[in-house]
Amino acid sequence: MKRGGPQALAEGVENAAALLLAILWLAPLLYAFWAAFHPPEYSIRFDLLAPLTLENFREAWEQAPFARYFLNTFLLVTSILAAQFVLCTLAAYAFARFEFPGREVAFALVLMQLMIMPEVLIVENYRTMSHLGLVDTILGIGLPYMASAFGIFLLRQTFKTVPKELDDAARVEGCSPMQVLWKVYVPLARPTYIAYGLVSISYHWNNFLWPLVITNSVTTRPLTVGLAIFGAPESGVDWSIISAATLLAVAPLLLAFLLFQRQFVQSFMYAGIK
Amino acid sequence: MLEDEVFWRVLENNAWYAIGTIPVSIALALLMAVWVNRRMPLRAFVRMSYFTPTVLPMIAVANIWLFFYTPEIGLIDQIAAGFGIGSHNWLGNPDTVLGCIIVLTIWKEAGFFMIFYLAALQSLPPELEEAARLEGASRWHFFRRVTFPLLMPTTLFVLINAVINSFKLVDQLFILTKGGPDNASALLLYYIYEVAFSFFDQAYASTLTVVLLAALAIIAIGQFVILDKRIHYR
Repeated sequence: MKRGGPQALAEGVENAAALLLAILWLAPLLYAFWAAFHPPEYSIRFDLLAPLTLENFREAWEQAPFARYFLNTFLLVTSILAAQFVLCTLAAYAFARFEFPGREVAFALVLMQLMIMPEVLIVENYRTMSHLGLVDTILGIGLPYMASAFGIFLLRQTFKTVPKELDDAARVEGCSPMQVLWKVYVPLARPTYIAYGLVSISYHWNNFLWPLVITNSVTTRPLTVGLAIFGAPESGVDWSIISAATLLAVAPLLLAFLLFQRQFVQSFMYAGIK
Repeated sequence: MLEDEVFWRVLENNAWYAIGTIPVSIALALLMAVWVNRRMPLRAFVRMSYFTPTVLPMIAVANIWLFFYTPEIGLIDQIAAGFGIGSHNWLGNPDTVLGCIIVLTIWKEAGFFMIFYLAALQSLPPELEEAARLEGASRWHFFRRVTFPLLMPTTLFVLINAVINSFKLVDQLFILTKGGPDNASALLLYYIYEVAFSFFDQAYASTLTVVLLAALAIIAIGQFVILDKRIHYR
């Protein structure tokens, strides 16, 4: 197709605008990199010849128990994910393939939970956790999220697309319902598990409000809460060091995102559209 | 509760927060999606840049933005000083503080919404655009008359998410303002947190939670009504 002058020009302008917006969108992160890798006196002076340093990272690491926070976040994220996979798989299987009295009502209740995020219920959940004696435990942070309505819904949708014939064939072969689930449904739902897993990991890696409420000691605090305490103005920590700590906290997730970009984007897309 | 001035203030703030963030972030998301859905140089890079804020924790990015907004030594004031503009206490002034929070929130969520528009755009049949081109329709005309109406279900989905976010996204307040100055940037969920865990008034916090739940219930009902009426295709 032939391209006229004005059209090519319009396209060029659009490309430039898109690129400009992209740089603007990335700027805060780029800035954090700049501040973290340079001595404090360069944090607002942009000089290409400024000396690079890792000193800020070392100081951040020493000034707060980030190693412990990392461990807490890791334990939190994995325990939530493991519990979600088990609970949501079983619940979704029941909703998708079994007839039982009250199924519609129970599923409606699950759908209702989709609208009411655990964030909204911090006060009530806190009360429940203190009755259970789980305040300031990692289990206490994770528990409200484990029976995830979103996971149940997502997996139920996926299980419903599995042809009934496969299910029947497995049963004829003598599989018990649990074996059918394990050998037919779970392998076929692999993309859903990956998508849901990525969304869940990034959600809980980043979650803040509820962990802030329920934790009050170094041994349970996840990274986000630790970072918020570290960066609080009254702590009087230097700007470059806060940048370094911020980058430390986001590094694993950011790295995973950069490496598996397509997978991430598709997972968020997939999880949102279902 | 009805006599609590702070409650009304917080509700008003939340309304402004919603009005400020929802339309702009949706419009930006759509624009981003249309842009990265075309052929263009550095497309992968551009798409990644738009999406990156989504995977970062709000707490962490608020730390970075805090420095932008800091008076005098902050980046915005440094740049402004270069143009001879005096320094502003962006977060300390009740008139600008909510605007600062809104800008950060838009930056954080626009790329997330873009993803849904991008998925929808990619599922549109390419024949439509070819036909329009043969008819000689301008791109803008095609977008307004064909693409935008076809994206309506996505827009609704994103809209609902944006509305929920406007009640849910309060993490940045903990870093940037703590609801201040003088409650000028406090939002409903933040206020609930404050009442329950700083003032230790659990009963009042529960009452406030009911208000928040009621708001979400109204949105849920609205969603069903609109979805039933407006979306006849699909």
